[in-house]
Amino acid sequence: MPSPNPPHINAPLAVVDLECIRGDNLLFSGLNFSLREGQLMQIEGANGSGKTSLLRILAGLSRSSEGQVLWEGEDILKHRTAYFSQVAYLGHTLGVKSDLSPVENLKISLALANIRFDEETVYRVLEQTGLAGKEDMPARSLSAGQKQRVALARLLVCPAKLWIMDEPFTALDVSGVGLVRELLESHLQRGGMAVLTSHQAVEVRGNIVRVNLSEG
Amino acid sequence: MFQAFKALMKRDLLLAFRHRGELANPLLFFFMIVTLFPLGVSPEVTLLRKIAPGVIWIAALLAALFSLENLFRSDFEDGALEQMLLSPQPLSLLVLAKVLAHWLVSGLPMLLLAPLLGLLLAMPEPAIAALELTLAIGTPLLSLIGAIGVALTVGLRRGGVLLTLLIMPLYIPVLIFATNAVTAAAAGMPIAGQIYFLASLLVLALTLAPLAIAAALRISVS
Repeated sequence: MPSPNPPHINAPLAVVDLECIRGDNLLFSGLNFSLREGQLMQIEGANGSGKTSLLRILAGLSRSSEGQVLWEGEDILKHRTAYFSQVAYLGHTLGVKSDLSPVENLKISLALANIRFDEETVYRVLEQTGLAGKEDMPARSLSAGQKQRVALARLLVCPAKLWIMDEPFTALDVSGVGLVRELLESHLQRGGMAVLTSHQAVEVRGNIVRVNLSEG
Repeated sequence: MFQAFKALMKRDLLLAFRHRGELANPLLFFFMIVTLFPLGVSPEVTLLRKIAPGVIWIAALLAALFSLENLFRSDFEDGALEQMLLSPQPLSLLVLAKVLAHWLVSGLPMLLLAPLLGLLLAMPEPAIAALELTLAIGTPLLSLIGAIGVALTVGLRRGGVLLTLLIMPLYIPVLIFATNAVTAAAAGMPIAGQIYFLASLLVLALTLAPLAIAAALRISVS
């Protein structure tokens, strides 16, 4: 099984001996890695190799069958509140309500993350993600790529240190891919961390670590 | 903390308002069951008066169960539930906001409709007052208890039957105390005992059910 670098418990994010079983399938076991400020981790692997399961465990949504995920040395499942205020998760399902407009969607995300905001910020962020003019349309009338941009807008306003993104490039057009790349680069420069899965090569400048779940 | 509570409640009310048609369904269901009784059983006033508390309460119970099924469904499907689970806010508070919003759009209208149905079934005035009181305490109780079952079954494809099996036994104490209170009121007897019992159940559910709902959601989503 892959272990690109030994687990440094003192790294902000450390994964220790992680094992994941879904049904009767062992997806991965003995997984060890750590992530430091300014690093991006790309998780590779064939379909069904457990990429999404790993991300959900990292996000604290699912439990692993063995092992732990440590955030600043503490088990994330025991310190949920502290961990969740540092993490933004962008999954397969975007969490964008199709009956609400992008503005309303963003406002509820901000309220859930306990961030104070004004109208101006919300509109500015949506413009930045390329949704100018669509702010007050119901999200159901937006395309898949535009909905994804609404979800991306969430990352722009939440001060999370760790971004967990499941296939952030699907459904996006060329400018959308560029936008995600830009967001990631400035996030890493600020000392942020990101874990993502992607079938495409990620052309993000910065410190990139790769983990392949299909190997070994 | 209360900013998130308010925002989530406002969001759910707004979503409900944008689906006004669906809102009417449980209410219509409630109304239909009760109005079918005089037609199906007997239009005789003495008989109707006798069965009225039970009929209205059973209809309310089924309508509550029916309306609850979609409490977390759409949030589960579009990923909003995941985002809620990943919020640094206490999850039990957030689910309480959702249940409260749900009660406002499903339980409260039933409360408003009930006196009319009471008149329809020839209930005496003190019994209608007791019916209102028991529904005012009982319907939030039904929402809170039901939400635990809904949270447990939201990840299942066909959770409907399982939900009924899980929740019905827990609804029975509410049904017994509530109908007993209304029947007693119709006979001119004091009902304080039953009301206190229902009220204590509500307090218990208000404090414990959100914790159970939150835990059940974490299991369903993982």
